[in-house]
Amino acid sequence: MSSIGPSSRSIVGRLLAHRSARWALAVIALLVVAAIAGPWFTAHAGHEQLDIVKLKNTPPSWRYPFGTDQYSRDLLTRVLLGARISLAVATLAVLLSTTLGTAYGLISGYAGGAVDAAMMRVLDGFLSIPRVLLLIAILTLWNPVPLSGLILLLGATGWFGVSRIVRAQTLATRHLEYVESARALGAGTGRILLRHVLPNIVTPVIVTATLAVGNVIALEAGLSYLGVGAREPTPSWGSIFFDGVEFFAGNWWVVFFPGVAIVATVLAFNVLGDALRDVLDPRQLHRSAPVTPGTQPRENG
Amino acid sequence: MRRQLAARLAQSLIVVIIVTTISFFVIRSAPGDPFSYESTTITPAIRDHWREQFGYNRPLPVQFIRYVTSVAHGELGYSFQMHEPVAVALAAAVPRTLLLTGLALGLSFLFGIIIGVLQATHRDGWFDRVTSAVLLFFYSLPDFWAALMILLLFAYWWPVLPAGNIVDPVMHDYMGGWEALVDRLRHLALPVLSFTLLTMAGITRYQRAAMIETLPMDFIRTARAKGLSERRIVWRHALRTALTPMVALLGLMLPALLGGALFIEKVFAWPGMGLLAAGAVAARDYDLVTATVIAGSVMVVIGSFFADLLHMAIDPRVRE
Amino acid sequence: MADPLLRVRDLRTYFYTENGVARSVDGVSFEIGAGETVGLVGESGCGKSVTALSLLRLVRPPGRIESTSEILFDGQDLAKLSEKEMRKIRGARMAMVFQEPMTALNPVFTVGDQIAEVVRVHHGGSKKEAWARAVQMLETVGIPAPEQRATEYPHQLSGGMRQRVVIAMALVMNPALVIADEPTTALDVTIQAQILELMRELQQRLGTSILLITHDLGVVAETASRVIVMYGGEIVEEAPVDELFKNAHHPYTEGLLNAMPQVGHERERLATIPGSVPPPTAWPKACRFHDRCPYAWDRCATEHPPLYQIGPGHSSRCHLAEEPERRADKHEPFVVMAGAEGRP
Repeated sequence: MSSIGPSSRSIVGRLLAHRSARWALAVIALLVVAAIAGPWFTAHAGHEQLDIVKLKNTPPSWRYPFGTDQYSRDLLTRVLLGARISLAVATLAVLLSTTLGTAYGLISGYAGGAVDAAMMRVLDGFLSIPRVLLLIAILTLWNPVPLSGLILLLGATGWFGVSRIVRAQTLATRHLEYVESARALGAGTGRILLRHVLPNIVTPVIVTATLAVGNVIALEAGLSYLGVGAREPTPSWGSIFFDGVEFFAGNWWVVFFPGVAIVATVLAFNVLGDALRDVLDPRQLHRSAPVTPGTQPRENG
Repeated sequence: MRRQLAARLAQSLIVVIIVTTISFFVIRSAPGDPFSYESTTITPAIRDHWREQFGYNRPLPVQFIRYVTSVAHGELGYSFQMHEPVAVALAAAVPRTLLLTGLALGLSFLFGIIIGVLQATHRDGWFDRVTSAVLLFFYSLPDFWAALMILLLFAYWWPVLPAGNIVDPVMHDYMGGWEALVDRLRHLALPVLSFTLLTMAGITRYQRAAMIETLPMDFIRTARAKGLSERRIVWRHALRTALTPMVALLGLMLPALLGGALFIEKVFAWPGMGLLAAGAVAARDYDLVTATVIAGSVMVVIGSFFADLLHMAIDPRVRE
Repeated sequence: MADPLLRVRDLRTYFYTENGVARSVDGVSFEIGAGETVGLVGESGCGKSVTALSLLRLVRPPGRIESTSEILFDGQDLAKLSEKEMRKIRGARMAMVFQEPMTALNPVFTVGDQIAEVVRVHHGGSKKEAWARAVQMLETVGIPAPEQRATEYPHQLSGGMRQRVVIAMALVMNPALVIADEPTTALDVTIQAQILELMRELQQRLGTSILLITHDLGVVAETASRVIVMYGGEIVEEAPVDELFKNAHHPYTEGLLNAMPQVGHERERLATIPGSVPPPTAWPKACRFHDRCPYAWDRCATEHPPLYQIGPGHSSRCHLAEEPERRADKHEPFVVMAGAEGRP
């Protein structure tokens, strides 16, 4: 491990040298390809009902490797199409939550004093609300929710953990000598945040965001399972479940295969997050456990 | 110490107030209200009448004050779904959720700590590698999907355990004491197993990291120089110190734990708070979901208060 | 003369790392008599701390004590004992006082508990007896209100108090040998003097042998009767303490002495030894000090010096013993790259 110096290779190079990261990147690359090009490879359209009489609920076979659902739609096609929605929703939601959380944490940590104290109490409040319960409560009223609304909600309820990490790092950075001297030299707040504070928080934020993508994919699926996710005609992995779960004991494949896709994706993002932490900041391995983002409590659906 | 406790209690109260406020306004800001569902038979006039009747047409702050006042009187509204006051429905559901969650949490910590310690003391050995990989897999499973798969496995394909509910709905009342207990345990088995497997994964990762951090410390070397056995060094000296961050974790994971409980309850038809909330979706059971969010948050606040007490008990450094 | 309490022969402790084999302790032999205080001196990285850990067999992988080594203690070869037998020695017959009193104590147990644990593990008996012994020991090391202090946690005590607790823990089983690894380095100067005084007093009262490890010759002058100087994993000079201060022979010892602050000359700039200790994975061939040595000549770069006997109880690992006239030829050390090959 010590032979890999922090500046000896680019981050990408070091990630590629990391064995489990290679696997994770390969899986994610495959998913992205499926999300972009999937529809051209599949034999059917996602909503195509092949033969509602003869072909509904057929178990996996050579012809239909993942089987068909109760409307006789080909599940392989739907899982491939689902990758597009699931990945897009998760990525956008995490982008939103990371931005919100970083901003909140930066402001709170940099302002300090009473502002910080007040913002932290509010954050304590947010952190105490079980995310899933809150989402269900909102989605009960906002049902069916459009895709954009779902992204907004997932993003707006996902930033609490990030902001806490960012605030801690900002507080720590704020009192570093070179930051204080920059301030003494008359550098403005915005400039100090951008030049001095932001670079110090990039690593934990990237790691947390990577892990969050996996989390949100699972959460979105969970909400669909409960019947409050986004609906047809946009199949996400979660909405495939929703169609099959009622009779899942008989048609296990309707639940099994989209689940496998989710597990593979979440696993890939978790492994990548761990690897990123190793690669970006080896010191963190030795830091006290509570700030290690990868070991945060998960919030899977 | 006493002052510290009082301060912590006051802080918890403030958080409860903040949580209630946030929950109320966030939920109310969702587009729609209990009467905005699609229907061909209900005219706009009827909807407006209902809104007027239940106070939904008033300004939000006024609604908030009305809500807080009624909550202060122990009235949480009426559940359309359960046909009973929300307070009554919750009072029945919360203990069941506590039982399921408490059991799973206890088992998760027990196994998570043991495995985490063994991983750290045999770092990079086969045990560490195999269990780390398996637990990372569990860590990545969506709660509901893992629960569904376990249900499929042990209740349908190899039907050794009941698929849901807390007791056998028909036979339980006719069972003797011992038999009734076994019936209860059999119904607990699958939800607790699923919940434990899922929760344990994160705890183990955390415990492993905490132990790896503790083992190279100077006082461990001192313990060796005292002539203590390796077992005593690991399980007494290292573990007691490495448990401190675990208590912090306990406080942090409570909200996610209640979220997980919801999915487990839904899959195994365990009539707790989560199942109540999940069922409220279809019925647009507005008062019920609002109350569930607030009750869940209050449970989290109380839980983190006790986690802090535990922290004080376990770490002398935070007592002053 | 009777057998000494401890006789170390050809002690070698090697660390098998990714970057090569680090020969941290490389053939060290010495003795400690009963009731004697011996100082072990050197810069950090010279192998003195690893020597101390090796005596108690506390070296952790990838470190290993090589099979040639002999550690004869009280008639037993510790290097050959099983781990279980070794545990009976640690803390009971041979104890250790560590450098950092801040971190050497477990933060979550009371100090009384931590001392009593030693008694319980080695002596058995009831919890109450062990506790009483712990309190008594705290009193012995000069802690006021020991009953009260025993129930406190390490963070509630000052640094000096903590070091007294560590000493109490080491002495509670009345060991024959105490190894003190930089026991005063982390403390304030006034506290340092108190702790050294305490150790000297206890040593006289209990008749314990002490191996005092330090980089500070001043500490050695006050406490030890004999001094061993280590450099590059080897002993380079050994002498009675007065002899060493009067007639230091090895250029490295000379350098250490020059680097010592003198009473009355405190304001003067201290002489330092140029360069630093080479990494233990790549000791220079021949004399390990030659590239920092102001007397070095060609022989020093080619021939590894043995320990020359130069007087009663005085030995030195320097070719000057055979060619004393070279001492006149003092020059800037050629910090050349000789012996630097293979260094990272």
